[in-house]
Amino acid sequence: MRYEARVEITHLPGIADPQGATVERSLPALGYDNVSHVRVGKSIRLVVDAPDDAAARAQVDEMCRRLLANPVIEAYEIELSELAST
Amino acid sequence: MSARVGIVLFPGTNCELDVAWAVEQLGGTPEMLWHAEAELRGADAVVVPGGFAHGDYLRTGAIARFSPVMDAVARFAAAGGPVVGICNGFQVLTEAGLLPGALQKNAGLAFLCETVDCRVETSRSPVTALAEPGSVLHLPINHFEGNYVCDETTRRRLRDDDRVVLRYMRNPNGSLDDIAGVCSEQRNVVGLMPHPERASDALLGSTDGVVLLRSLLASASEGAAVA
Repeated sequence: MRYEARVEITHLPGIADPQGATVERSLPALGYDNVSHVRVGKSIRLVVDAPDDAAARAQVDEMCRRLLANPVIEAYEIELSELAST
Repeated sequence: MSARVGIVLFPGTNCELDVAWAVEQLGGTPEMLWHAEAELRGADAVVVPGGFAHGDYLRTGAIARFSPVMDAVARFAAAGGPVVGICNGFQVLTEAGLLPGALQKNAGLAFLCETVDCRVETSRSPVTALAEPGSVLHLPINHFEGNYVCDETTRRRLRDDDRVVLRYMRNPNGSLDDIAGVCSEQRNVVGLMPHPERASDALLGSTDGVVLLRSLLASASEGAAVA
């Protein structure tokens, strides 16, 4: 089976997010003074071939822990969807 | 015998010649270690110098930690050998799990290239063994990701175990507790954001980095004597 994974990487709660803070500070200059809680993260998409949904998810999770995210400062969420076989 | 200092070279490393020059000036023998090598070729100390290892893609140091040489560096560190990561090298060592915490983008997203004052917080590290705790060193920094972060437990442990090696006198980058350098639990692995090799000759504007590199050479010779 073939799956598309979308990995969203964000800062762990409590870890400062300098990019989010800088973007948040710059928005009022454009007139948007009602915006708060800006967080800047990363989005990674990839396609993985695996026997089933669970195996695909387990592999993406492992790749997140080992490379895609830094568990010391980042959290990640995985969204998985099966691609139609051609 | 002069201490052999292995200098790890990744694609994108760019401070290796400065480190080699400074090491040589101080009587050490620099030896370049290409990242694909699996051996340290008898090095008594290892420096992971600054630059942009593997382009810093994904995160600084994230890809570099998978280079074959890093397994050898990890074994050398586990055996108590002195290892110092400078700037990008610090980032590589945190990604490799040889040092706690992480370095993220500077507060205010400013790329910093200036000379700053750092206080020596402990002499119990391979780069500060010959330095006076409390003394202030004038050292260049040159980074976009030098903002040290870690969780609360690690922060307490760093403080309680006297593992903060250098602190900024005026925090330039948002770094937690003004941290400019830390060492590992066994104290033999050190990460520094400032560049001692760029403060190793009067012509460069400061010679305050010399005491750090001299300390490293001294601890390298000790290691060589033991081995």
